[in-house]
Amino acid sequence: MSIDLSQFHQVFFEESFEGLQVMESSLLELDCENVDSETINSIFRAAHSIKGSSSTFGFAEVAEFTHVLETLLDQVREGTRQLLPDHVDLLLQSVDCLRGMLTALQAQETVDTAQSSVLIQAFNDILEGRQPVTQSASTPDGTGSEQSVADASHSAEASDAHLDAAADTETITWHIRFVPDINLLRTGNEPLRMFRELAELGELEVQVDAGKVPDLALLHPEECHLIWDMHLTTIRPQSDIEEIFEWVVDDSDISISATAGVFSGGPAAIPETSVSDPVATSPVESAEATPATPLPAASTAGAGKAAKPQASKPAASAGSGKGSESTSIRVAIEKIDNLVNLVGELVITQSMLGQLGSEFDVSKLQKLQEGLAQLEHNTRELQESVMRIRMLPISFTFSRFPRMVRDLSKQLGKKIELKLLGEQTELDKTVMEKIGDPLVHLVRNALDHGLETPKDRRAAGKPETGTITLNAFHQGGNIIIEIIDDGKGLNREKILAKARNNGVIGENEVLSDEQIQELIFQPGFSTAEQVTDVSGRGVGMDVVRRNIQELNGSIEVKSIEGEGSTFTIRLPLTLAILDGQLIDVGRQTFIIPLVSIVESLQPDMSLINHVAGGCDVFRLRDEYIPIIKLWEIFGVEPRTNNLAESLLVVVEVGNAKVALVVDDLLGQQQVVIKSMETNYKKVDGISGATILGDGTVSLILDITDLIHMAGVHQQSKNGLKLVASKTRAA
Amino acid sequence: MTKILAVDDSASMRQMVSFTLQGAGYEVVEACDGQDAFNKAKLGGVDLVLSDVNMPVMDGITLIKNLRTLPNYKFTPILMLTTESAADKKSEGKAAGATGWIVKPFNPDQLLNTIKKVLG
Repeated sequence: MSIDLSQFHQVFFEESFEGLQVMESSLLELDCENVDSETINSIFRAAHSIKGSSSTFGFAEVAEFTHVLETLLDQVREGTRQLLPDHVDLLLQSVDCLRGMLTALQAQETVDTAQSSVLIQAFNDILEGRQPVTQSASTPDGTGSEQSVADASHSAEASDAHLDAAADTETITWHIRFVPDINLLRTGNEPLRMFRELAELGELEVQVDAGKVPDLALLHPEECHLIWDMHLTTIRPQSDIEEIFEWVVDDSDISISATAGVFSGGPAAIPETSVSDPVATSPVESAEATPATPLPAASTAGAGKAAKPQASKPAASAGSGKGSESTSIRVAIEKIDNLVNLVGELVITQSMLGQLGSEFDVSKLQKLQEGLAQLEHNTRELQESVMRIRMLPISFTFSRFPRMVRDLSKQLGKKIELKLLGEQTELDKTVMEKIGDPLVHLVRNALDHGLETPKDRRAAGKPETGTITLNAFHQGGNIIIEIIDDGKGLNREKILAKARNNGVIGENEVLSDEQIQELIFQPGFSTAEQVTDVSGRGVGMDVVRRNIQELNGSIEVKSIEGEGSTFTIRLPLTLAILDGQLIDVGRQTFIIPLVSIVESLQPDMSLINHVAGGCDVFRLRDEYIPIIKLWEIFGVEPRTNNLAESLLVVVEVGNAKVALVVDDLLGQQQVVIKSMETNYKKVDGISGATILGDGTVSLILDITDLIHMAGVHQQSKNGLKLVASKTRAA
Repeated sequence: MTKILAVDDSASMRQMVSFTLQGAGYEVVEACDGQDAFNKAKLGGVDLVLSDVNMPVMDGITLIKNLRTLPNYKFTPILMLTTESAADKKSEGKAAGATGWIVKPFNPDQLLNTIKKVLG
């Protein structure tokens, strides 16, 4: 029977990546001075598991590598080797290397073994350095121990050379004497099985010696007192015979010797009868022999049946196995159970309503209303439940930081403690995947620019060890992630100087602390004195903000000089639902994402100016904001084209603010986003659509798009320039 | 149908073993660690136990010791799935009452051959 092992690869990769994750986080926990046995055990187990399954599924490179890891870990676990910080470093590098190898294998690319060979060499150096003889002998190829067991069982009577020569050509009659351990049966080893196997090798004759069997009164039925003498005539080599006794050779007394010529005890009996014979001679023995149930004859027929339904499986899973990790999601069984339960309730409500409908009269109105309320309740719970399936605890993202902080703190020569709070807070998988990079960026910044060196911290009267806290929690329909450091905080003066240098703000402009802190989200804004390896290259905070805004989220910073900074990221729990503000333009209802709305107001006509180039601007306090007339963009007949009778909704994306002219503000509500692209086509200025309670379709505005369409390309810089020039003019 | 209890903390190994055995017409009960296996074994009807050695919660050796204390498992064949490098595990397992072992890595055919021999 041949089985396509590749169907198990996807599971193998998933569990191996999980195992590496366990290894990494446990390694970070390890204290070399005082190695916790449970921690080292879990690291060992993970390496051992990866080794076992990778060798089974044919990933020899991975198996070979994990083998040396395992050997070292085993020694530490057994207490024969002191764990050194260098070992932890090496092990962490190995985790990275293995992750790379597995990723390549998963993508069905060839594996680069250059790094792993270097690491294997490093491990072998360590292993050989201390225990040169025994360990190194079995380490490189891993076959040493197995071989020695087999060697030990060779009987002394005949030389190996003789056997090998005889193996294929000669028919030899072997004399086998089997004196089993008294506890043979208690290990589930059935002598009958061995005789059956021997009989398959050639002609077998078995004689039982019951001389050692005690009197019935003294006999313990679970003990084995019988001794067997066998003669086997076969062309098969001695090793085949030894293999049959492999599991019992250590405890039992087995001698195998070649007898001269053909066995002289007369013609050999038919194997089958001779096998059952010896057992039959001892009634006690045959009673004991029953626990080993023979395979029922029906099982052969069953085999055919059982194989059928699974035949389709390999193809299906091989197809899905090619996709990368992000195409599948692991869901906790309770979530599924909950979902099934809710669907059950929905079915009950539906049948209740169905029955009500078939015999409805006005007297049952109350019941109908109750039923509809129940349906609404069920639907809402079901919606939440389905959403929850896509939710994963944020620990999936947080888990990369302990390692990162460890590596960077070494590199930067800083002492850093990382605190992770709210790791179980759940977040949509897609949002989680996209928030990873911005978070990494922020944490790097905090490490590099935020926290001071131990020396500076001491001078500032702070503890040498800086703290970075990652905190996640739910607030309303959002998830909030905070990145808090107790470092030096944002330097007001430096930011101002830089902004003046870049011409982002005017020479004498006065900004509030909040406005200054906002400046760091400007493009090309870095106050790092020197570009370090860690951060300050290329990607700036403007990109971080843009990435977060693409997820319909926002980021802000609060910083106190000398005490530290707090970055607060606010994200929707899911990308499928949006908090929207319903607005009317003419007879159309549109939806503005609530997160982008700054304020809504009735315009004072005296504050509206017409700028050359055709754009109206509105002066909001000391900012000039371009006005976008939605009716013009979407070709809708407005209720009025008198701005004084309309309303302005000020929205902000990036650092650009615009005012949208609307006829009416309606309610706010959560809307389920339906894609325009999949149902129709991409429409400029529209990010999606939704269906309102009354069944009408409403379009969701894409603010970024609208700003571009209205020709307000200037975005932040010019926006702020307008502010600056105005302030000067005033 | 002959029922086999397959114990391994690695899901891929469990899947591979189950799939192979089911394909050959055996009924398979899966367990993800020694404790899980012990609980499932107690429900009875198991004709053969196939257990990994290194597992969280309860390791394979402890599982074998515990199983041998149950009257129904006094003579039940119990095979360890072990790696070639763990030679001492074999003797430890034997002392605990294991019938024998299958050395990892093994392929489905090797697994089936061994099991067929044990079950007769």
